[in-house]
Amino acid sequence: MAQTILPFGPQHPVLPEPIHLKLTVEDEIVVDALPALGYVHRGLEKLCDIRDYNQMVQIVERVCGICSKIHAMCYCQGIEEMMGVEVPDRAKFLRVIWSELHRVHSHLLWLGLFADAFGFEALFYQFWKIREKVMDINEATTGNRVIVSVNQVGGVRRDLSAEQLRWIDAELKVVEAQVRALRATTLDDYTVKKRTKGIGVLSSAQAMELGAAGPTLRGSGVAQDMRQLKYAAFDRLDFQPISYPDGDSWSRCAVRYDETLQSIDLVRQAMARLPEGELSVKVKGKPEGEVVTRVEQPRGELLYYLKGNGTNNLDRCRIRTPTFANIPPLVVMLPGLELADVPVVVLSIDPCISCTER
Amino acid sequence: MPIPTKQVTKETLVAEVLQLKNAGWRIVTATCVDLNENEFDLIYHFDKDLQMEHLRLTVPKGAPVPSISGVYLAAFLVENEIQDQFGLCFDGLALNFANHLYLDDEVATTPFCKFGVVRKTAAAE
Repeated sequence: MAQTILPFGPQHPVLPEPIHLKLTVEDEIVVDALPALGYVHRGLEKLCDIRDYNQMVQIVERVCGICSKIHAMCYCQGIEEMMGVEVPDRAKFLRVIWSELHRVHSHLLWLGLFADAFGFEALFYQFWKIREKVMDINEATTGNRVIVSVNQVGGVRRDLSAEQLRWIDAELKVVEAQVRALRATTLDDYTVKKRTKGIGVLSSAQAMELGAAGPTLRGSGVAQDMRQLKYAAFDRLDFQPISYPDGDSWSRCAVRYDETLQSIDLVRQAMARLPEGELSVKVKGKPEGEVVTRVEQPRGELLYYLKGNGTNNLDRCRIRTPTFANIPPLVVMLPGLELADVPVVVLSIDPCISCTER
Repeated sequence: MPIPTKQVTKETLVAEVLQLKNAGWRIVTATCVDLNENEFDLIYHFDKDLQMEHLRLTVPKGAPVPSISGVYLAAFLVENEIQDQFGLCFDGLALNFANHLYLDDEVATTPFCKFGVVRKTAAAE
């Protein structure tokens, strides 16, 4: 049968950001997929040449809007490890609270986009409506909805009052109830299952071999989450990674749905155990040496390699984002699919091109 | 303090990576560091049960490096990125974008190098 090459993206209704896939199809079946990147690459890593290690906190926050807080936390953890800085306990718990709030709003954003990808617009609106409450919490506690610039090397820049903690708890009760109410529609609906069950299957062996990360890895039955490394205050919170065994688009959706509720629980745990104390410590000296640090972003494992040379500027700030790791698995998932399933499978890895092309 | 790494050579790199793969390690990524006017450090990061293993390869600029994408297909993306950003050439890349993963045709520089290198043209496969 004759082969046709179809461009998928860089502008496509299901893609919030530009990525191009060159799809080779026979009739309606995909036989090959080739990714093309570079539409929004910014070279942010290189800015460490001209921005000092404190200014780089604000730079890495802008790698990605959806998980800005988590980028900054990972970077700060790396610098703190390099400089032997012990962050106050209260700052560690506050970092968990804001990072898990980020995971909640990121997963709600994705659940909406995923619903939109298989044509369920009412569900899309519902999830995004719920998400607004989390964005309101971000705005009320940090001054911003998206780029919540709360981290600094040595701790955090903002605190939460007892009144704010009570208000967040009340808001999260509403969010949790609304998310739970959508469970049957999201995971048990006949049409949704028809579009996602058995579609874009990635076995656990493939996921490991192809270096998958985050919900893409856990949706293939591998229960690995960087929060098990017990960074920040995770050593004092009850946490078990969520995984589903089937490796299909439905499993990746189920992982994110459950993680939304789990993150709400983690925020509650952190708020309940939030100790009194300082928000940050004074940092003296200049970073020297090498460090590799990892945290769990909404999309998966985030790695920072930092190299300091004893000056204010780092020698190297290398960022490996989870979507970058999930592109090879995506390329392997697509062949054999019907063309109509491609948008669903592409969305199922929760592609963040802003992160990928940092 | 440098991170604990196992030093490898161009001759032993692929065998070491294969050994890690057979032992169940997952590739996380690779990092290229511009050391000086003459050398790059290539650090390969692997994970198994949340533990990390790092292989370090110090290579002269301008000399090709064996690709590990034959062992871990996933490495093709980061190796292409390093080709774009640092001008390092990888031999045997499973999918070679020939310096055009991010860069346009007219870009002849190596944007991530402190010390520029002459870009070697690699033919697309």
